[in-house]
Amino acid sequence: MPTLTASRPLPAEASRPIDTIPITLTVNGSVRRLQVEPWTTLLDLLRDKLDLTGTKKGCDHGQCGACTVLIDGRRINSCLTLAVVRDGCAITTIEGMATGADLHPLQAAFIEHDAFQCGYCTPGQICSAQGLINEGRATSRDDVRELMSGNLCRCGAYTNITDAVMDVLQAEPAR
Amino acid sequence: MNRFDYARAGSLAEALRDGAGDDARYLAGGTNLIDLMKENVERPLRIVDINRLDLHGATELDDGGLRLGALMTNAETAYHPQVEQRFPLLASAILAGASPQLRNAATNGGNLNQRTRCYYFYDTATPCNKRDPGTGCGAIGGVNRIHAILGASPSCIATHPSDMCIALAALGAQVQVTGPEGDRTIAFADYHRLPGDEPWRDNTLRAGELVTGIDLPPDDFTSHYTYLKLRDRLSYAFALVSVAVAMKLEDGRIADARIALGGVAHKPWRRVEAEDTIRNQAPSTQAFETAASALLAGAIGQGENDFKVALARKAVVRALGQAAAGTPQSQIDKRVA
Ligand SMILES: Cc1cc2nc3c(=O)[nH]c(=O)nc-3n(C[C@H](O)[C@H](O)[C@H](O)COP(=O)(O)OP(=O)(O)OC[C@H]3O[C@@H](n4cnc5c(N)ncnc54)[C@H](O)[C@@H]3O)c2cc1C
Ligand code: SF4
Ligand code: FES
Ligand code: FES
Repeated sequence: MPTLTASRPLPAEASRPIDTIPITLTVNGSVRRLQVEPWTTLLDLLRDKLDLTGTKKGCDHGQCGACTVLIDGRRINSCLTLAVVRDGCAITTIEGMATGADLHPLQAAFIEHDAFQCGYCTPGQICSAQGLINEGRATSRDDVRELMSGNLCRCGAYTNITDAVMDVLQAEPAR
Repeated sequence: MNRFDYARAGSLAEALRDGAGDDARYLAGGTNLIDLMKENVERPLRIVDINRLDLHGATELDDGGLRLGALMTNAETAYHPQVEQRFPLLASAILAGASPQLRNAATNGGNLNQRTRCYYFYDTATPCNKRDPGTGCGAIGGVNRIHAILGASPSCIATHPSDMCIALAALGAQVQVTGPEGDRTIAFADYHRLPGDEPWRDNTLRAGELVTGIDLPPDDFTSHYTYLKLRDRLSYAFALVSVAVAMKLEDGRIADARIALGGVAHKPWRRVEAEDTIRNQAPSTQAFETAASALLAGAIGQGENDFKVALARKAVVRALGQAAAGTPQSQIDKRVA
């Protein structure tokens, strides 16, 4: 049985039964009731259990930003958070950015500015850029460069990524 | 990651009950603990999720100071209007650290309690007295570019990696703690410790204790302060050397100066004797060099980090100049003025 308050004695690690814990997440607008093992990261849950493989695993250690998603509108690294801790939250991934067939303005701007080569960092870049817009702290190019520094791009598309983000920032002033 | 029991604390009493014992760990933002669990450096059998505790806000104190909840995120803290207006040194230091995503998850209590970034501490195939007491120190005579030049011991030369804590040391913050034996207040200078012959102890928190808040004294350092961080790339990298300065000038003389160094020791490095050398002096490069010498007296490199001794000296002089001139280092435009 799942336990949320563990006052029972600690079993030996090797022989531990796998307890799962019920959680509810709103993922890209739909409510998902899930049973998760407590050691499942949000990133692994999204990719392996929910088949939302748009969110990428680059380093799995908070060092690259490829796994960036929005939790209640705020950008975080999904590789360094346990799914069970986020029980009750609303998660937005790259799959939730477009509206039907209409691309999100950031998606359109990334295409317009050729802001990628291999595309592996792109879902994280776009979610991060939406988080940056939500935060309302960036106005200049220097601001965007500094406040997008949590997203690495091995292909070095930084100049075009900055252009794309600036376009959307200027079209949609800080909330 | 090893398997563990998950407990979600609904109250401080539940947290303290479930957090008792060597095999339990409190989980806040998770950006350090989960990382270390993936490396098998941390193998807790019980995780106590403290995120539902009511420690998320900032409250004004009777003495005019400000209490920061242990579970406020680093981003919420840096962008809090009271922190921006009254404690810009703290805001600046936080924004110099990690990335926006990490700052959105990382909490104030977790930042204080984050572990060293020593490569050997992270690599379970190598000896490390901090991780496995008695096995030796891989960094002594090894790869030690990021290691300590002050306060190190023959058993450990690790540094504390936080930026936020360097500002808190300069501001003279106090750490509020609760535990099985009740509440207590720890002066920031006494919170982190030098490694000595017990390098596995990063700080003076006792078993089962929980940080509930950080108190900022009301002193006004809004005109003369700076946080200068030097590192291998301009953003999203830990400090090789960092300097927090909080200063008060009266009639062109230094009435109060606090200087804390990051990246150089097992704890934020302050020496009141160094600060005393410039009290009542007019700001000058010569006075700042005297203070830097006093602050760095006894500094010694470990080989790959020898450069830090000269770098720290120059950084202190530069930072004191920035603070005295009222031109704090920008965390956006990284040019050093
Ligand atoms: C890639 C990367 C780059 C980074 N760069 C920087 C940088 O440049 N500068 C910088 O300063 N930091 C940097 N960090 C570190 C980051 O600031 C810390 O990981 C973060 O502050 C830890 O907070 P948390 O809430 O996530 O802690 P957690 O990971 O939840 O906890 C860390 C430790 O603190 C303990 N703990 C947490 N809360 C409490 C409490 N209230 N009472 C008692 N114990 C508690 C936990 O048990 C655990 O041992 C970086 C991290 C990463 C991954
Ligand atoms: S410096 Fe400290 S943390 Fe690093 S290997 Fe030596 S004992 Fe371990
Ligand atoms: S995969 Fe999460 S930051 Fe790299
Ligand atoms: S486009 Fe290839 S990593 Fe950014």
